[in-house]
Amino acid sequence: MSSNVRFTDFKSDAQPTWCPGCGDFGTMNGMMKALAETGNSPDETFVVAGIGCSGKIGTYMRSYALHGVHGRALPVGAGVKLANPDVEVMVAGGDGDGYSIGAGHFIHAVRRNIDMTYVVMDNRIYGLTKGQASPTSREDFETSTTPEGPQQPPVNPLALALAASGTFIAQSFSTDAQRHAEIVKQAVEHDGFGFVNVFSPCVTFNDVDTYDYFRDHIVDLADTDHDPTSYDDARSRILDPGKEYQGVLYRDEESVPYERSHGVDADMSDIPDGAPEDAMDLVREFY
Amino acid sequence: MPADFNWAIGGEAGDGIDSTGKIFAQALSRAGRHVFTSKDFASRIRGGYTAYKVRTSVDQVQSVVDRLDVLIALTQRTIDENLDELHEGSVIIYDGDRTTMEDVEIPEGMIGLDVPLQALAEEAGGAIMRNVVALGAACAVSEFPIENLDSALEKRFGDKGAAIVENNKAAARKGREYVLENYDEAFGFELECTDENYVLLNGDEAIGMGAIAAGCRFYAGYPITPATDVMEYLTGRIEQYGGHVVQAEDELSAINMALGAARAGARSMTATSGPGIDLMAETFGLVATSETPLVICNVMRSGPSTGMPTKQEQGDLNAMLYGGHGEVPRFVLAPTTIAECFHKTVEAFNLAEKYQLPVYLTADLSLAVTEQTYPPEEFDMDAVEIERGKVVDEGTVGEWQDESGRFKPHALTEDGISPRAFPGTEGGVHMSTGLEHDELGRRTEDTDMRVRQVDKRTRKVETAREREPFEPREFGDPDADTLVLSWGSNEGALIEAKSFLDEEGIEARYLSVPYVFPRPDLTDAVDAAEETIVVECNATGQFADLIEHDTLTRVTRINKYDGVRFKADELAERIADVLATDEGAEEATA
Ligand SMILES: Cc1ncc(C[n+]2csc(CCOP(=O)(O)OP(=O)(O)O)c2C)c(N)n1
Ligand code: SF4
Repeated sequence: MSSNVRFTDFKSDAQPTWCPGCGDFGTMNGMMKALAETGNSPDETFVVAGIGCSGKIGTYMRSYALHGVHGRALPVGAGVKLANPDVEVMVAGGDGDGYSIGAGHFIHAVRRNIDMTYVVMDNRIYGLTKGQASPTSREDFETSTTPEGPQQPPVNPLALALAASGTFIAQSFSTDAQRHAEIVKQAVEHDGFGFVNVFSPCVTFNDVDTYDYFRDHIVDLADTDHDPTSYDDARSRILDPGKEYQGVLYRDEESVPYERSHGVDADMSDIPDGAPEDAMDLVREFY
Repeated sequence: MPADFNWAIGGEAGDGIDSTGKIFAQALSRAGRHVFTSKDFASRIRGGYTAYKVRTSVDQVQSVVDRLDVLIALTQRTIDENLDELHEGSVIIYDGDRTTMEDVEIPEGMIGLDVPLQALAEEAGGAIMRNVVALGAACAVSEFPIENLDSALEKRFGDKGAAIVENNKAAARKGREYVLENYDEAFGFELECTDENYVLLNGDEAIGMGAIAAGCRFYAGYPITPATDVMEYLTGRIEQYGGHVVQAEDELSAINMALGAARAGARSMTATSGPGIDLMAETFGLVATSETPLVICNVMRSGPSTGMPTKQEQGDLNAMLYGGHGEVPRFVLAPTTIAECFHKTVEAFNLAEKYQLPVYLTADLSLAVTEQTYPPEEFDMDAVEIERGKVVDEGTVGEWQDESGRFKPHALTEDGISPRAFPGTEGGVHMSTGLEHDELGRRTEDTDMRVRQVDKRTRKVETAREREPFEPREFGDPDADTLVLSWGSNEGALIEAKSFLDEEGIEARYLSVPYVFPRPDLTDAVDAAEETIVVECNATGQFADLIEHDTLTRVTRINKYDGVRFKADELAERIADVLATDEGAEEATA
């Protein structure tokens, strides 16, 4: 890893096509800052992106990257990390991508606890498909496909992560640049699966969960007596309805990442020219 | 036709049928006899009929036949299920004390040996050894030296302690002695032993072994019959070579993990069966568009839907050739024997990396779960070659950068193959995507670039056709008027059917095709034949359709889709029938 990496090194030369004012700009800047500040270089970083406006992030960042299919970014990240644990893996996507079509993978990625970072750009709407309800949309939020609102309670991603034995659960607000970058940085530094749900407003399709709304409602955990290492503190905050927290809600200091508990440490790209030297032993097992 | 001996043990699932059958098969293999096993099993763990069948000869055996010489029947149903295969002089070993066997009916002309399996096992140290007593009885009937059973018992029970091994040996001897004392007739079987040392393995194991030999280090899968054995084989073994197996939450995850690992530079694989292939279809397209080398193993079973999960079929050919939206270049390799499962797996990894695309490696249930003996040299590890294709490192990456120093993972090349850079390679930074893209991997809807990228991906297939032999396996008379084609596990039955047909004076040229796509050009072979017969285990003749499409010639189809593999004698009869009908038709028009 090179120490003189600047966050702009993680910027590609592609011009983002996000709507002016989209929260994803700030989310991405914070991710790039966090990567640079933790001493990673684009050569040794792999970004996996989901599908959605949020998923375009893989194009705008500069690193090894894969822009996959809808909802399946997390397993791709797992594969990269296990095949080469030296690579820094960051997975990013939207709330639809992560909590709807990819919800199953989310729960299992959390409990698998591979040492990577997952950033969800939560705009509480489907942006790319032009404004349908997402799993985090409010119960009465009227959209083209839910004219009366979804009439189902939104999912609580932090609660899902806690229930799935998450070891690092955080939330940030994309426009609060300093704080957001700092929280993502802690997620990167966490030994295990670092999960950050980012409020990343959609200025085009969501007129409820706006910058103003979040500005007015966010409570920064740094301003409270919250102890992120306390499971009970985390649980009561996460299950507190209607509260929009910013900060690290839970951090398991004993977290042992999957790679370590499973003894996965080899760079698997490195293989011999022929069969392993003792491969005939594999045959002899069948005597 | 080798002098073969056919043996089976059958009972209810949970009766230990599998492990008992395997002990006998291993004993035969260790005594230098060739073995071919097959299993009748139902999709349940307890209850329901299940049987393990062993065909053995001093010559190689590669198929099953419609004949059973000795049957150990733990239930009446075992006899009923096998009536067709039992014949005059067949020996049935059973325990008349068992409640299920009290009113046992031994069919006319067959020999029933009532052996108190349970009581003798108890005498030897525990009722659980009942099946081993039966094995001892089978040794007496077949004049197979019981010492050969000992080493198989040691292998099976060795890690449970010497006492258990000794008890089992004693149990086997009790079974043998009981038969010798109570039945003094000669049964007419004699299982000769040789000094050869064979290995005994099934197709799934051969695939797993081939994967390790080929340098596969990452496997992600979700359990499904009959592919699970691949995963079970790799678990615990791949780690010894620095690899890892993940049991994913579902098939979507499995293929995506495997994709991620492949992008990180690992030789990577997933294995599943039909329903799993359906789930993987979306990512399959991404694998191809992102030009990621990946081996996807499909161990076919009866479909559609959950179909008959424990039964044979070759019904997924179309799904593999055409599955997924859009047009996706892919290779489909179908090993035709258990040994070929090993060799084709190695080849699948090389092809995947050389051409940077998804490779379907498909076995069918019959190959996957049945075992066959081979001389160990058949799996010559020194002959394994690993070809990684166009992988760049820091020294060569510069050749593949644009004027601004950006790496071109989808460079337009004459052969259609672009360079690959693994993370960690300085100067190789790039993004891949399922979206249509330019040479740099950037999304594009430019009409010209779209066409050039599609052409580039498609061109790999032509390149492979030029560079790889993709030859069929041939046997029989090359000048015969009849051409018989098959794919997958039918080869073994075909080789043995040939012996039956030879005896009848029926000659044919046989081609067994392990490369389904790209496939060899069979036009000349089909044109040269008066009649082409295509043999496969499905109802519609998916492979036959391909041959007709390629050669513009009508073929005759022999299909089987009852869930059971072709038996050699059955197949010979069906081929003979086709030819006899033709002759009849000719006479009628003469
Ligand atoms: C299998 C599949 N189904 C549906 C889609 C269409 N689709 C693209 S993005 C998207 C939703 C994206 O929402 P979200 O993850 O919240 O991301 P955002 O665009 O809001 O950032 C959908 C449904 C798809 N690409 N693939
Ligand atoms: S539609 Fe919404 S989420 Fe998508 S780019 Fe525009 S503002 Fe951002």
